[in-house]
Amino acid sequence: MARSKKTPGLNASSMADIAFLMLIFFLMTSTMNVDTGIMRILPPPLPEDIEVPDVKERNIMNVLISSHDRLLVNQKPGDIRTLKNDVIEFMSIHPDDPNYPEVTSRDVPLLGKVPTSKGIVSLKNDRGTSYEMYIRVQDELASAFKELRNKLSMEHFV
Amino acid sequence: MARFKKELSKETPEISTSSMPDIIFMLLFFFMVTTVMRETEMIVNVTAPIAENVQKLEKKSLVSYIYIGQPKEKKLGTEPRIQLDDAFATIGNIQEFIAKEREARDEADRPLLTTSLKVDSDTKMGVVSDVKQELRKVGAFKINYSTRKKVIRK
Repeated sequence: MARSKKTPGLNASSMADIAFLMLIFFLMTSTMNVDTGIMRILPPPLPEDIEVPDVKERNIMNVLISSHDRLLVNQKPGDIRTLKNDVIEFMSIHPDDPNYPEVTSRDVPLLGKVPTSKGIVSLKNDRGTSYEMYIRVQDELASAFKELRNKLSMEHFV
Repeated sequence: MARFKKELSKETPEISTSSMPDIIFMLLFFFMVTTVMRETEMIVNVTAPIAENVQKLEKKSLVSYIYIGQPKEKKLGTEPRIQLDDAFATIGNIQEFIAKEREARDEADRPLLTTSLKVDSDTKMGVVSDVKQELRKVGAFKINYSTRKKVIRK
């Protein structure tokens, strides 16, 4: 039998397949692992001699979380399920209603004068409050404010 | 067909695929090099709480992590502990830790540093408040409560 003198070329056609397999594996497994969370800015430490600013009672909504994860909203027992709507109610604009926070108007670029509530939601927690409950309340508050903002932008931009 | 010269081969020439693996390998190496599996070895158990209104943490290089949770080793008890880098720490270590994290970053990036609090949902707020007070003292105001995204079932 006459043998060919050339060495046969190595079949490299499956190399691409192997490389592809590995590529796809790393593509799938390399989740960039995006961290999500609630962003907050802590207040800077106060100087000792600072005057406590006076805030009117009607402008404050007190939310307290007890060590047993119970809510106290404005000295009344609250419920996490209704908290969002309570906050929306409180922060909405009610002109000339003494039961709700004062209303000022603020200049917003593009929108002009916009009535703004002077309301403040004050969240306090006990040392024994569970972190889970704290985050749930923070989340509810955030979604209340988000809803109000969305409502305002829908009024102006749609 | 007969109009064409006889010398021309009738088969279409094959496209050379020999450089294909090279391209794929280049992509493969890129992904292999850029993937980071995990930065720190966890010595505390952290199950983040669930929240809906979350923001993404931008710029991972500007984030320092503080873990709080029960130690993984059972014999260390169930009291929540703070983990900084790869070791247990106490409240007193936080200022030092933040200072070190700042030192490691560019001068221009330092004000943008975010502290991500990865806290177990069963932890009590006492220790979290202490950590927050320490962060206030050291001037690390930007914090992020790490949460999991709620899966909305329809």
